[in-house]
Amino acid sequence: MTLDSKVPSGPLADKWDRHRFDSKLVNPANRRKHTVIIVGTGLAGASAAASLGELGYNVLSFCIHDSPRRAHSIAAQGGINAAKNYQNDADSTWRLFYDTIKGGDYRAREANVYRLAQVSANIIDQCVAQGVPFAREYGGQLDNRSFGGAQVSRTFYARGQTGQQLLLGAYQSMMRQVAKGSVTMFTQREMLDVVLIDGKARGIICRNLVTGTLERHVADAVCLATGGYGTAYYLSTNAVNSNVTAAWRAHKRGAFFANPCFTQIHPTCIPVSGDDQSKLTLMSESLRNDGRVWVPKNTGDKRHPNDIPEADRDYYLERKYPSFGNLVPRDVASRNAKAMCDEGKGVGDSGLAVFLDFKEAIGRLGRDTVAGRYGNLFDMYRKITDEDPYKEPMRIYPAMHYAMGGLWVDYNLMSTIPGLHVLGEANFSDHGANRLGASALMQGLADGYFVIPYTLAHYIASTPVAKATTDHDAFKEAEHAVQARINRLLAGKGTKTPRALHRELGRLLWDEVGMSRNDAGLRRALRRIPELREEFWQNVAVPGDPNNLNKNLEYAGRVADYLEFAELLATDALHRTESCGGHFREESQTADGEAKRDDENFAYAAAWAWQGDGNAPELHKEPLVFENVKPSQRSYK
Amino acid sequence: MKVHLKVWRQSGPNVKGRLVDYTADQVSPDMSFLEMLDSVNETLIAKGDDPIAFDSDCREGICGTCGVMVDGRPHGPDSCTTVCQLHMRRYKDGDTIVIEPWHAKAFPLIKDLVVDRSAFDEIIQAGGYTSVNTGGAADANAILIPKTAADEAMDSAQCIGCGACVAVCKNAAAALFTSAKVTHLSLLPQGQMEAAARVVAMVDAMDTAGFGGCSNEGECEAVCPKGITLKNIATMNREYRKAMFANR
Repeated sequence: MTLDSKVPSGPLADKWDRHRFDSKLVNPANRRKHTVIIVGTGLAGASAAASLGELGYNVLSFCIHDSPRRAHSIAAQGGINAAKNYQNDADSTWRLFYDTIKGGDYRAREANVYRLAQVSANIIDQCVAQGVPFAREYGGQLDNRSFGGAQVSRTFYARGQTGQQLLLGAYQSMMRQVAKGSVTMFTQREMLDVVLIDGKARGIICRNLVTGTLERHVADAVCLATGGYGTAYYLSTNAVNSNVTAAWRAHKRGAFFANPCFTQIHPTCIPVSGDDQSKLTLMSESLRNDGRVWVPKNTGDKRHPNDIPEADRDYYLERKYPSFGNLVPRDVASRNAKAMCDEGKGVGDSGLAVFLDFKEAIGRLGRDTVAGRYGNLFDMYRKITDEDPYKEPMRIYPAMHYAMGGLWVDYNLMSTIPGLHVLGEANFSDHGANRLGASALMQGLADGYFVIPYTLAHYIASTPVAKATTDHDAFKEAEHAVQARINRLLAGKGTKTPRALHRELGRLLWDEVGMSRNDAGLRRALRRIPELREEFWQNVAVPGDPNNLNKNLEYAGRVADYLEFAELLATDALHRTESCGGHFREESQTADGEAKRDDENFAYAAAWAWQGDGNAPELHKEPLVFENVKPSQRSYK
Repeated sequence: MKVHLKVWRQSGPNVKGRLVDYTADQVSPDMSFLEMLDSVNETLIAKGDDPIAFDSDCREGICGTCGVMVDGRPHGPDSCTTVCQLHMRRYKDGDTIVIEPWHAKAFPLIKDLVVDRSAFDEIIQAGGYTSVNTGGAADANAILIPKTAADEAMDSAQCIGCGACVAVCKNAAAALFTSAKVTHLSLLPQGQMEAAARVVAMVDAMDTAGFGGCSNEGECEAVCPKGITLKNIATMNREYRKAMFANR
């Protein structure tokens, strides 16, 4: 199969306009006759449901939570990028495009990224119209801050709760459509399969998590906005219920999975404290605007940080990257933290942490200003660690945070299954091998508010679909398969909990497919994962009733999917012998230890096709063509 | 350390529930309260018993999914803290902790510590938005908003919809939740257009969903994990009266 990205021809800056003009439309009076299923209610899913509902489509929206407002977009802290140039610091659509392509280490599609930069400004306008309370200057205008990987201030924010405010804006817009009847909300539903009729995505099978009932839903098209797969690592900054199940089940029905090895390890998280920890907490990257990262110059210096004089401190990011300093991109910051700890300069009991110090900022700006910018983050840090960051430096360490990889989509956000569209973090499209800070919110909302309303209309208008009901054999077959898998899980009367097995998988992935990867380690992981999977099915304990709220059963199903997905993740990491962005192969580095790309052999998106249980996945390549930027060795020095 | 738990167990909405005793061994002070419950569940699952059902998701205090009564207080003893951010260093070896679900008519119980809070979504549906469609918004800086107004709106907008305010209220009123959204939008120019209709519809929805009336006692403010203040309720009442006069 040849992957057709469907990128329109013509100059980069005109592609989206031209594409919108060339796209077919659905007459307003006909839209209500078309049903669209949207799975997930984070930024991408909620904004898509609201926008499509406003246009008049019959939208069915699904989420696993008790309310759509709980989706994990809500936890995003720092901000959202937009090329507004409100700060008069030479920002532009072109610069946001360039920063994003370069930040992604030249592994994203030019046309998608340019479109993202183009619509970024509309997102801010839309959110302000909804009443999102962005931070403002005394003159009443919007305030901006700067973020990693950029030398301009283009990040809009609402204290340290930007994701919350943007999500509530999208959620409220969606609830308005629920009241109007154009969106029907299905909460506490977990999508467990995509249903294909005549090769097109026509519905889903989901489990009602409260009653245990399996439900069939039919539509003209399906959109997945189900987030990333970071929880495969067990400990991550993702919510504990975030999972890969919907995307993975779609993959097994024919949607290619692209670049799964492009994972983002976020540099500023609260370090691991013990074995019982269930998640890691992010400290927003915005802290690096004013916080200075350092370690003791001498290995084994166990003095209290406040007792270590300036002369004995190594502000290693400022030293190694004078032009970007503490604001280097996330992958660079994470790798350097690991390198310092590997040299024995790590701090804290575990030695797996570095300092993030606000003493200089508090001296320069005053405690009140620092509290105004980061107060809620400081409070969160104090609650978790029992230490006061106003008085002593924070200890931080990298943690799994975001998935740049995801289901492969074309320019229209459609996967390799016709009619199955993928939005937000669940797709692979815009961030290449490394996402810049404050760009996830931008992409989720771009996909939902400003891309899918056009591209889905084109799909619906140009694709005749047969009338179908949920009595179709394809629904029966899919429901039967889902039921069989649930029965198999419930038959598990072993002694190991899903959590214990998940924790074991997570440790393996963190050690072998984490911040730094090599051939031997990846091969070890690929040997171990099938063993763990075998152990899961032999020895997992899933007590309780299937016809009732059974969170352990839900969790067991997700862990079973991680155990399949992890193998693809490691396979992709092994095949890509270059380093790029968040994917660092020890065999491929420059003389000074930076990621070394291999454009000759790897300038492509790796899209994997499922070949059935026990068979190796098949690799398809989408070549990445750069007509407007020249891939170069990234330098933040 | 070791703590003793008395946990509300109820397998479904129509069966009788009761408090069941458990002991959490090997509790470390750095564990969060929910991680302590996880550890109890791990033991139950490994024995083939039904684990304690409780809700949680982000575990960093922002999604509003978690929430249980801990010794009679929503989210436990710490102020401005969700139960996922409560840490076991707050407790001593040998302590006994009583854990119950939210009790409110408008939040029917699903199982154990899990309740259905969809009534909150119904209140938002009634008017907790600005009626603007996607596209066509003016430039974001076209409307100036005083920093103080934006900051105050943010204070109200940060409500996480956990339901602690309802759970602690003897009337099971949703006034703090509803007023936080009314206040957020009433402070901003974007919210003015529909201000009168919004507050009336949201207050009606609150009553229809089965929440009680507010009698201004302020327990809600005391237990709100996000520090939403009673001033919001005063604002809602003022907006409501304004709307009543405007409608005459």
